[in-house]
Amino acid sequence: MSPPLLHVEGLAKSFGALAVTDDVSFSVDEGRLVALIGPNGAGKTTLIDQLSGAPRSDAGRIRFGGLDISALDMPARAELGFARSFQIAAVLPEYSALENVALAVQARSGSSFRFFGRAAREERLNAPARAALERVGLLDRAGDPAGELSHGEKRSLEIAIALALRPRLMLLDEPFAGLGAEETRAGVDLIRALKSEYTMLLVEHDMEAVFALADEIGFWSTDA
Amino acid sequence: MLILALAALSLDFLVGQGALVSFGHAAHLGIGAYAVVLASMAGIDDLIAQALIAVAAAALFAALTGYVSLRASGVYYIMSTLAFGQMLYFLFVSLSALGGDDGYTLSSRSRLLGEPRLTSDFSFYYLCLAVLALAYLLLVRIASSRFGRVLNAIRQNPLRARALGFRPFRSQLAACVIAGAIAAVAGTLLANQSEFVAPAYMSWQRSGELLVMTILGGVGSLWGAVLGAILYLTLEEALSLLTDQTHVLIGPLLVVVAIFGRRGLAGALAPKDLGSGA
Repeated sequence: MSPPLLHVEGLAKSFGALAVTDDVSFSVDEGRLVALIGPNGAGKTTLIDQLSGAPRSDAGRIRFGGLDISALDMPARAELGFARSFQIAAVLPEYSALENVALAVQARSGSSFRFFGRAAREERLNAPARAALERVGLLDRAGDPAGELSHGEKRSLEIAIALALRPRLMLLDEPFAGLGAEETRAGVDLIRALKSEYTMLLVEHDMEAVFALADEIGFWSTDA
Repeated sequence: MLILALAALSLDFLVGQGALVSFGHAAHLGIGAYAVVLASMAGIDDLIAQALIAVAAAALFAALTGYVSLRASGVYYIMSTLAFGQMLYFLFVSLSALGGDDGYTLSSRSRLLGEPRLTSDFSFYYLCLAVLALAYLLLVRIASSRFGRVLNAIRQNPLRARALGFRPFRSQLAACVIAGAIAAVAGTLLANQSEFVAPAYMSWQRSGELLVMTILGGVGSLWGAVLGAILYLTLEEALSLLTDQTHVLIGPLLVVVAIFGRRGLAGALAPKDLGSGA
């Protein structure tokens, strides 16, 4: 049996005297959707932060594809194939939805030290970006500034950005937080459709969504 | 006026695209001006050769100081650019071979392509205009390139940029070099215009003036910086007919721009800004 894609062992992070994550261990096999659930304030977002590279962990090891990546910073982990969505949507407000995604395509394709060609006219960036937007149902908003999208649309844009990176592992930080019932249902359907193509780690406190999606579920104990 | 507009333009690239507020940008202006002095001392009197030397020197200075300054952010970055600018200022004040504080008078304007084509103010004016237009087109192009997109992304949300795999430091350092090099070209022109070079060209007051021009015109639009420079210098000239204390009047205007329209003159004239790279 091949080793898990992501293996986390003894991960810990404290802010002052507050141990936010403490001795967290789990693994995610290739092709699986693993959900970690726990109440608000349990340290779920901190865990996602630690996995994506900032802040550094106080203790513990992270192995990814057999490689020890504990010492790598966020850009290096992104290059290895980590893509994350942010709980508080972190889109680029001045750029259009299409430009947000095209930038992710550019990140994957390398060569961001080209100073002359107009990026907006590069079909090599725009075509995959449009495909990702279509996938999340946001194509009709492609030209609108990301800052003007609704909360739900921003969450969808986050997913489109992650897709455009063609990641080996998607880290989804409460993708349904703050969404209405209708939007949550659409979001669950979207992630279910993506499940067969991507390995995903989901932290979420919407139990219904988690049970509908997850192959494996890890519970967060809050005895700390 | 066109020369300072060129310097303000390069600063606007740094501030507007990269959110890097430099308080030592005039240092590059001074490097460009002293490059003319040193080159003509060495017998190089062609403007293009002088400009190339100036660009190389300023790019090196920008890379070295940026390498250190970019470790800091926010107000510490600003202070660090100020410190480097003043270091260079006092270095040239103390260089008596170059006239020290009193400055250095050039024997004549530089030649262009082997001939003294710039002796008339008329031809020199058009040269400055052409250089300004070229620099503007170049920076607009860079702002909408792949590189410019990353730079803008870092400005809008550094965390998002890092999560995509971009390294802010590299892009910002490149932006510093680009802006420094263009300011150095402005410096070579400035030296030629007045046929005189002094450390005052790189004083922190000059850096501040460039920032004022940039902010008046509207940060992030590039052409706003050109308007800002023209407005600032015109105001200074016009108000000096009324009072000796022109800055008493320019000051409040700057406050108004800062509070009511961060996009300045450019924002008032056109709703769509160019910085988004669309």
